[in-house]
Amino acid sequence: MNIDLAKIDSIIEPYKGRQGLLISLLQDIQAECNYLPEEALVEVSQALELPLSQVFSVATFFKAFSLEPRGRHLIMVCLGTACHVRGGERLAQKLERDLGIKPGETTQDFEFTLEAVNCLGCCALGPVVVIDGKYESKVDSAKLDSILKRYQSEANKG
Amino acid sequence: MMPEKVLGKRINSPSELEALEQSIVAKRDPDKPCVVLCAGTGCRAAGAEEVVDAFREEIKQQGLGDKVEVKSTGCHGFCERGPLVVLRPKKIFYQQITKEDIPEIVSESLVNDNIVERLLYADPATGEKIVYEDDVPFYKKQTRILLGANGEIDPTEIDDYIAIGGYSTLAKALFQMSPEEIIEEVKQSGLRGRGGAGFPTYRKWESCRHARGAIKYVICNADEGDPGAYQDRSLLEGNPHSVLEGMIIGAYAIGSHEGYIYVRNEYPLAVRHIGIAIEQAIEYGLLGENILGSGFDFGVSINRGGGAFVCGESTALMASLEGKIGEPRAKYIHTVEKGLWDRPSNLNNVKTWASVPLIINKGAKWYSQMGTEGTKGTMIFSLVGKVNNTGLIEVPMGTTLREIIYDIGGGIPGGKKFKAVQTGGPSGGCIPEELLHLPVDFDELTKAGSMMGSGGMIVMDEDTCMVDIARYFLTFLEEESCGKCVPCREGIKRMGQILTGITQGKGKEGDIEILEDLAGVLRDGSLCTLGTTAANPILTTIRHFRDEYEAHIKEKRCPAAVCQELIQYSIIEEKCPGCGLCVKACPTQAITLVAKKQPVILDQSKCIKCGACYDVCKLGAVAKR
Repeated sequence: MNIDLAKIDSIIEPYKGRQGLLISLLQDIQAECNYLPEEALVEVSQALELPLSQVFSVATFFKAFSLEPRGRHLIMVCLGTACHVRGGERLAQKLERDLGIKPGETTQDFEFTLEAVNCLGCCALGPVVVIDGKYESKVDSAKLDSILKRYQSEANKG
Repeated sequence: MMPEKVLGKRINSPSELEALEQSIVAKRDPDKPCVVLCAGTGCRAAGAEEVVDAFREEIKQQGLGDKVEVKSTGCHGFCERGPLVVLRPKKIFYQQITKEDIPEIVSESLVNDNIVERLLYADPATGEKIVYEDDVPFYKKQTRILLGANGEIDPTEIDDYIAIGGYSTLAKALFQMSPEEIIEEVKQSGLRGRGGAGFPTYRKWESCRHARGAIKYVICNADEGDPGAYQDRSLLEGNPHSVLEGMIIGAYAIGSHEGYIYVRNEYPLAVRHIGIAIEQAIEYGLLGENILGSGFDFGVSINRGGGAFVCGESTALMASLEGKIGEPRAKYIHTVEKGLWDRPSNLNNVKTWASVPLIINKGAKWYSQMGTEGTKGTMIFSLVGKVNNTGLIEVPMGTTLREIIYDIGGGIPGGKKFKAVQTGGPSGGCIPEELLHLPVDFDELTKAGSMMGSGGMIVMDEDTCMVDIARYFLTFLEEESCGKCVPCREGIKRMGQILTGITQGKGKEGDIEILEDLAGVLRDGSLCTLGTTAANPILTTIRHFRDEYEAHIKEKRCPAAVCQELIQYSIIEEKCPGCGLCVKACPTQAITLVAKKQPVILDQSKCIKCGACYDVCKLGAVAKR
């Protein structure tokens, strides 16, 4: 995967020396690259004057970050309590079966990454699945099938 | 008269603010028809954005462009029925609308003065159609002092907030009150921190004010990690200026000039709205240097969290604000003395900050009239799970659980039986039917073995397995434990193994006692509240639902038919017409179609108990037991 270091530098620039904003900076880099490339973490440690070990510890402590490249579509299945009592866990199992990956993993063709998250804050509409930022509410296995099909056929076309 | 264009101009005194408020109000006709659309995250998930665009387009097409206003607001609370629309000034309430409904709403209710019957909310108890928002039972029984403005203002327009008196309380605080008077007013109001622990707010403020150090911080905790709670998100999304105003007043009372808002990155809309609010407040001189010409300086920045539950704990949050991993520390020295960067720091929850302007504006006496002896004011709950009217509700402290679940929540859907209500998130507990008469406040919920937490209230019916719920919370906490202290890291893991075993039919005599033992170790030995309260979900479920544990352990049976290893699916032959829907749905080809109008056959050896057949069968021909 090609990493645009100039682009990363421009993201880091406004954060220079501001150690307290490490998490926000990592989020911005991840939003751009869709994961945290090692090269970027080295740049971050220099720009923020932080030991590389601290940058790595933060990048691995928080769930939001991935050190591995992720797929083109990010599927987040909510496992908050409200979604759990309405069958969220079974949706997660179905996604694992259908995509052949576990939460946190990416399909071999880099089309889908599956994440299990603890509450997305739309508990009233659970179970909730979010694909590329689009919220799907009151999902059941039939609805999940049709959603997945939509993204899969798109992938085949493109 | 004020000049026409005011945005972009600093407000330099309380009288200029007042003049601005008057000029905004004067320009607005309260009788002008206004389509108010809920565009909170919940309604957006139900398609609200499409609906907003369609309304704007349709209004233009029907030639009402300058006669009708369209306002997209934050969360109105009744998420179950979204997308919601309210037609002002009459406050006609339409629910579950789609973009196809819009031409009819515009021509019937805006061009003419008719009601579109089919979009009204029908009271499930009586079947009666309800026309006006205020008459809907879900709203009628609430006291929405914090949430109410969500339905009135566009959160991205500071003028909307100023038009309803926004920031006038800040002017009052800065010009008519001393910091000590503000703290006294907060003390008299009885306000307790809304983050969960319920610590008296004034005491924190007072200690931080008196702490040594020239630089002090105020922090807004918007790292709403409790699964099943989203009230902080809704306040930040729907009324961000109220939180900012509270923070500025608090900073003035404490003597702080720098503030932080730590918000979950999983809440993109909240991050965006609070960001816009800060920019607009700076532009107006309500944030930054010399606020309103008072000489008081205060700035706020936003930090986005990294998705760690433990960061809701104050010391972990502060570590994370310093760019470190979110590990808590022991609080021998309180954060009000040495917190962020080792300086005095005052941290409060979103709801606490948003309560401050109300208290300073309307007075401690007004506020303390609401609530119970020990807990004043109102509380926002997210009423979710197996309840008819899911959504965000705000009630005076002391309202009983029964009133919340049945009168406001409309009871349990599908004729099912209530089993328990879980409050307080992973630190809280499950409350059974016998205790539904409990008035909700910090102390009563703690006495029942649960806690208030940040206000999540998850209703569970007879189809919920209480052992599975306990296992769910432990698995959650095992993942979220930061790993710093041994009792939490190892204890939760061990308890999780035992509970998982029980749900898989591997439970044995004595397991319950070991769980209770370990719970004591966690409570006494953990470093922060994540660990000390981790056993609450287990202890309360053991206390109130011991029979379910015993059924799992002794009879290897899950009474609610949830635990996969203990249940079996089967076909009820009399009910099965052989339609084949389940055959298509089955991922392991465990079901075979025999012939038309013949019941299907389920091969137990191939069945992975995923429940796909059960979900898809509309005839109830799949049994689960």
